[in-house]
Amino acid sequence: MIIRLALGSLRARAVTVVMTVLAIALSVMLFLGVEKVRTGAKTSFAETISGTDLIVGARSGSVQLLLYSVFRIGNATNNMTWQSYQDILARPEVDWIVPISLGDSHRQFRVMGTTDAFFQRYKYRSGRGLELAKGTLMGDLFDTVLGADVADALGYDIGDPIVVSHGLASFSDHDDLPFRVSGILQKTGTPVDRTVIVGLRAIEAIHVDWQSGARMSSATTPEAVIRQMELEPKAITAALIGINSRLQVFGLQRAINEYPQEPLLAILPGVALQELWQIVGIAETALLAVSAMVIVTALIGMMATLFSSLSERRREMAIFRAMGARPRVIVGLLVLEASLMSAVGAALGVVMLYGGLVVAQPMIDAAFGLWLAIAPPTFREGIVVLCVVIAGAIVSAVPAIRAYRASVADGMMVKI
Amino acid sequence: MTDVSYRWGRAGFGLAVPQLQVAAGETVLLLGRSGSGKSTLLSLICGTVMPDQGRIDVGGADLCTLSAARRDRHRAEYIGLIFQQFNLLPYASVTDNILLPLRFAPKRRGRVSGPLHEAARLCAALGIDEALLAARAGSLSVGQQQRVAAARALIGFPQLIIADEPTSALDAASQETFLSLLFDQARTHNSAVMMVSHDARLAPMFDRVLQMDDIAQTLPPPPQKMRSATKPEHNA
Repeated sequence: MIIRLALGSLRARAVTVVMTVLAIALSVMLFLGVEKVRTGAKTSFAETISGTDLIVGARSGSVQLLLYSVFRIGNATNNMTWQSYQDILARPEVDWIVPISLGDSHRQFRVMGTTDAFFQRYKYRSGRGLELAKGTLMGDLFDTVLGADVADALGYDIGDPIVVSHGLASFSDHDDLPFRVSGILQKTGTPVDRTVIVGLRAIEAIHVDWQSGARMSSATTPEAVIRQMELEPKAITAALIGINSRLQVFGLQRAINEYPQEPLLAILPGVALQELWQIVGIAETALLAVSAMVIVTALIGMMATLFSSLSERRREMAIFRAMGARPRVIVGLLVLEASLMSAVGAALGVVMLYGGLVVAQPMIDAAFGLWLAIAPPTFREGIVVLCVVIAGAIVSAVPAIRAYRASVADGMMVKI
Repeated sequence: MTDVSYRWGRAGFGLAVPQLQVAAGETVLLLGRSGSGKSTLLSLICGTVMPDQGRIDVGGADLCTLSAARRDRHRAEYIGLIFQQFNLLPYASVTDNILLPLRFAPKRRGRVSGPLHEAARLCAALGIDEALLAARAGSLSVGQQQRVAAARALIGFPQLIIADEPTSALDAASQETFLSLLFDQARTHNSAVMMVSHDARLAPMFDRVLQMDDIAQTLPPPPQKMRSATKPEHNA
């Protein structure tokens, strides 16, 4: 009966109660939403590259190798020779190997020379492959495939010409040998979006007349002649390796790291990604702090609502007291009411979040390449929701204690 | 009630009641002007305020010896209360309002065999239309609300029914009807009625009429030697 009365009392104050519940629902939704974005970003990041067992490059640090080979950030300190590449390819553990050659750029985007195998072997987000949004893969030596962001930012379409610049921020262009856009990739949310992909041989081709980073002024080899050349690279920047059996990964890694002819480094991408996330992860903490504050705000809002309802409810309290209710019952009523409101608010917030996710998931993926998994709430999220309900009850204790004092002082006689 | 004295705060006015007794089934009208301590006297009898000294027996127990929780329980068991107005929880149904005291008084609940049936019976006896039983109390007229409050005070028939100017919001004709209906029910079950009012016109209906000035004495504040902290004043 007491619960029925409490519900009746809530119903009688429907508007304020609904507003409070909505505030709590919104903040819970926001918190869980931020949490989803956070974990989504983390998994997206961790799955920037998948299906690749090892990344090999010249010896440097593992994070550095990951940064330049996968994220196209920073530069390789050194290249690895084509001979080393051939030697690794020849090893029995190796299933496939994709060479990567970096160093040139187009406007603000990096140019990556690779083979067609890259498009089959590069996987992200648990095994998803690259797909063309339009056009085809490189058919001609001077064809290029653009990442989604490149095409979007520079407004390129199939058939447009592209001039590659030498180096990353230089004024010397490979303008004698322009490329033609043959394909544009779909958005992936990975650094591939910001990459201009050309053939490995094309990288050699545009550097035929170059030596030590400068064009030799004397000779200009005609394009027709270049097309006839072997164009085997002397060195590459890095290579992605897939192996036959997972068990061999550490053996191969050790073998590469101890490769006698050249100092090389092989890394496990997953491990290096985790190391890198520890650096990037500060943003994660900031996000958490923001969403926690959102919840605190909503709880304070609820406390304010309860406080403001107290004066209009003194009469109600006095009636309960007169009927023999102990002050404890009155405290209990208020706490029960607040717990109900925060529980309903939290539940509503969860429902709103999942409803919103269903609607927004494809849009967010298309716009930001961020995949927000629609999974049941994690244990951690469940705990947070539970904490909101408990915090609601605790917060309501402040106005409840005030009501207790008031009802002890008022007794049953409320003077109006 | 014997040798009771009470003071508002440590330095406020006081109230002293040497002797006050209400017999079972008796109807008593307590007359007094405002500020004479009527409400305080009721609070003392109900046990929401504790006297500084003296003895208050209600239903065979000295309130002063009971804990706060026991006093609340005691009040629920032995006293039915009717206020001036705003007696009811406006959002609850008439039936829920009437049954509310039983929730806090197990013995009183035990005396009522079928609570819903008893609530309906009391309503019928007090002239409340049966159709109103399920209505929200807030939707009733003031006169109807006071009758519902009377039904609530009467349910389970506590030994003592205390009414604090219950008729002040009613017109003269309704006042008499209200009181006679209340007395009928109270007499049937030997409940005493103690009503407080400043209106002497109702006096003939009661067994006994007491003047506040005759039974109680207000005490001036004690002479102060030291400045002492005062509790928040009761606005009696």
